[in-house]
Amino acid sequence: MKLALWTYEGPPHVGAMRIATAMRGVHYVLHAPQGDTYADLLFTMIERRAERPPVTYTTFQARDLGGDTAELFKNAARDAVARFKPQALMVGASCTAELIQDDPGGLAEALALPIPVVPLELPSYQKKENWGAAETFYQMVRAFAKKDPGATPPVVGPRCNVLGPTGLGFRHRDDLVEVQRLLASIGVEVSVVAPWQATPADLARLPEASFNVVLYPETAGLAASYLKRTLGQPHTRTIPIGVRGTEDFVREVAELAGLDPEAAVARARDASTGRSAWYSASVDATYLTGKRVFIFGDASHAIAAARVAADELGFKVVGLGTYSREFAREVREAAARHGIEALISDDYLEVEAAVASAEPELVLGTQMERHIAKRLSIPCAVISAPVHVQDFPARYSPQMGFEGANVLFDTWVHPLMMGLEEHLLGMFRNDFEFHADAAASHLGAGAGPARPAIPVARAVVAPPADIVMAAVPPANAPPATVRAEADAAAPVALSWAPDAERELGKIPFFVRGKARRNTERFAAEQGLTVITRTTLYEAKAHYGR
Amino acid sequence: MNAPIAIEVLRERGQREVFCGLTGIIWLHRKIQDAFFLVVGSRTCAHLIQSAAGVMIFAEPRFATAIIDDRDLAGLADANEELDRVVDQLLARRPDIRLLFLVGSCPSEVIKLDLSRAAERLGARYLPQVRVLNYSGSGIETTFTQGEDACLASLVPQMAQSHEAAQLLIVGSLADVVEDQLVGLLTEMGIEQVACLPPRRAGDLPAVGPHTRFLLAQPFLADTARALEARGARPLPAPFPLGVEGTRGWLAAAAAAFDVAPERLDAVVEAPIARARAALARHKPLLEGKRVFFFPDSQLEIPLARFLARELSMQLVEVGTPYLHRAHLQQEIEWLPEGVRLVEGQDVDLQLARCREARPDLVVCGLGLANPLEAEGMTTKWSIELVFTPIQGFEQAGDLAELFARPFVRRALISGAGSTTRGAAA
Repeated sequence: MKLALWTYEGPPHVGAMRIATAMRGVHYVLHAPQGDTYADLLFTMIERRAERPPVTYTTFQARDLGGDTAELFKNAARDAVARFKPQALMVGASCTAELIQDDPGGLAEALALPIPVVPLELPSYQKKENWGAAETFYQMVRAFAKKDPGATPPVVGPRCNVLGPTGLGFRHRDDLVEVQRLLASIGVEVSVVAPWQATPADLARLPEASFNVVLYPETAGLAASYLKRTLGQPHTRTIPIGVRGTEDFVREVAELAGLDPEAAVARARDASTGRSAWYSASVDATYLTGKRVFIFGDASHAIAAARVAADELGFKVVGLGTYSREFAREVREAAARHGIEALISDDYLEVEAAVASAEPELVLGTQMERHIAKRLSIPCAVISAPVHVQDFPARYSPQMGFEGANVLFDTWVHPLMMGLEEHLLGMFRNDFEFHADAAASHLGAGAGPARPAIPVARAVVAPPADIVMAAVPPANAPPATVRAEADAAAPVALSWAPDAERELGKIPFFVRGKARRNTERFAAEQGLTVITRTTLYEAKAHYGR
Repeated sequence: MNAPIAIEVLRERGQREVFCGLTGIIWLHRKIQDAFFLVVGSRTCAHLIQSAAGVMIFAEPRFATAIIDDRDLAGLADANEELDRVVDQLLARRPDIRLLFLVGSCPSEVIKLDLSRAAERLGARYLPQVRVLNYSGSGIETTFTQGEDACLASLVPQMAQSHEAAQLLIVGSLADVVEDQLVGLLTEMGIEQVACLPPRRAGDLPAVGPHTRFLLAQPFLADTARALEARGARPLPAPFPLGVEGTRGWLAAAAAAFDVAPERLDAVVEAPIARARAALARHKPLLEGKRVFFFPDSQLEIPLARFLARELSMQLVEVGTPYLHRAHLQQEIEWLPEGVRLVEGQDVDLQLARCREARPDLVVCGLGLANPLEAEGMTTKWSIELVFTPIQGFEQAGDLAELFARPFVRRALISGAGSTTRGAAA
């Protein structure tokens, strides 16, 4: 039993629903009690779908448990086939129905329905939403994508399938458009896109391509491995997020398609309007240098975001983590490349504590981290599911490809204060309208300075020398709360002279804790018991060299 | 109000597109400000509450889920020990909590996890700091607002025995502002002893006894009413305080029971009624004659339909309700126009077919259906908003009408016919 306040992922049958809603010509009969129909609103409200998800729930009640819930399931399946006339039926159980062991697969088979039935076994008490989506897509591919030795159609040019986009996916709709453009620009034909808008008949055409493009390993990884194993179709591993990620992706695709990789990159670049690299190189962006960024999300988006943050925007990645335990190894490897330890957790409170103690200047996370960042008054941009209605913007807003890189530049940089504003805040920190407790103008009148103290217990660790005290910091946070955070940090009895305290108050909140610790450590090493303003600057010079 | 009038009710059993009782936690945890709701259930339960709560709430919530995993099911872990551990963890983190509800779910019911014994065990450990109670919000036993009924019913045995003279108990969660208004009116009428269930703080649980008269503020509290009657309290038959007529009838029931002179009642309600009528008059031109179709949701459907029909002259095409409690709704049913189609239970596909066939002007339905119906060209009102908004009492009658008018106003505005409609609505 595990205590959960918020969850990053729903149950696995919601993952199955994401496949069913993405596809056409399928219907999902879910053995589930009343109440489980809440899942419909994820699609109709968050994604604003204009149709109900193609799902029939048996909605059994307590009085049915003594009777025949199996009969209820059979009627629901029969009625659904008659009413919705799908090409194929998916059947399964939600968590409660799993306990009553009615075996939807066996029951559906006994009905001798006129269409194929794909039984889904999604263990609700072990697995979660993304796994459920991946397993469901894999089962659908396994059921319909069969190699027909008699009919191998001639592969005219380089041709691939695109795998991964689902219902309720983070920017899947726009990523798909962008990646299709990218593939077209280098002369690679797309045979089937799945599960997005694919029918079971489309899945049967998967073997016609020579390789697969995997956009989201979280949902398409299992199916892609299966296609590699059984049909010998290789698949891409690079996620086309960021300029470098996109270029590496194009090279990988070119190699799989038998094209010249560098020529393909040149063609892809020519066909796009990539501005992010120049924007990042322009002098206006120098204020982005070394911004401390905390990244959390699903594994693919988190790893890609860390690369973009460090290599394309010049940020410093101070936290990297994921809630996808299935991809913990990949995230740990990526974190090691940034010289930090990965946070693998689906415990919202643990993530919150990690964000608070990393003292980032920007959080790139999910909707959960957006809430954490709001509470800590840290700017934030959303980079990953779980999704929110805001993650389905009306405008074209991909994360992938060169246009995606432009979008990332804008959405990650806009929450930050602009370069000159930041300098002015640094210079006139005690100005009556600009002082440390005043909210930044761009946050609006409602953004008060109230920053609830989050007690952060932490060991005294050696801080990286380069971030001891930033030179031009914004100061938009109250000093009082940070005192509480730092109180526990003093290892020896040291006192701060009033002038030193005042000076410390001028240091921006996100490095103030570290500055306090470093100064105290420096003072202890020097054998001082009282810290003065001078000690503070001596410590800065000492650690800042 | 004599014998129940004969009404015809269509009973349906099929797929229900409704929330389970766990959803009530979303408003109950705001209402009782030092209570914590711990659902003992699955990841689905956690996801449901999170999704139904408008996806996410900003503050650290006073609800959580103890997610049962395969170790608990396989007997590798003792589920009771695990639950105790989770509760210890929770209460250590939240020392401000005074009342903890262990909330049963479909999985906990099916595996027969005895939460009443767990509540007793944990209560013995944590009293007097924290009182531990349990109720079921499971979908196999409760539909949406029935979760509140189960929660309040679990509070009744905890209420002290009252030996005082007559007191009035208002039963059912109301927005604080509404509660204050209604208590204010009752006090003005001269009824001094008024208490509310649920209270705003766990320690303020009112007493109950043979001198207690109670008024239901919500139509979905069958079990709570039964539990109160078992403690000797007596119900005051009344309509529900929605709209001018409902609110007046509700107050009049209290007035009659507490020997308030009719003139006094009239004097107290005169001004608020005038305000409410004026507010309703602003919305009536837009609503009268419009045909409305209710999908079942909160059990508020019948009182709401009565209000729309009688005070705004709307036409009722179909009124669906998940459960119809005839005794509590007697006055409401008598007030419904003749021949209205009442449907208890649901078969969502059949109901959708009837709705499409009838092409009503307004469909009141849940969030799973609203956008698809809008996309088909229908105008909808999300029913959950009617549960989360202060709508009871005289001062809110206009707001309640506005909730139904807004979809029409909006549709007119964005269809380019805004100027004329604005005139009518203002």
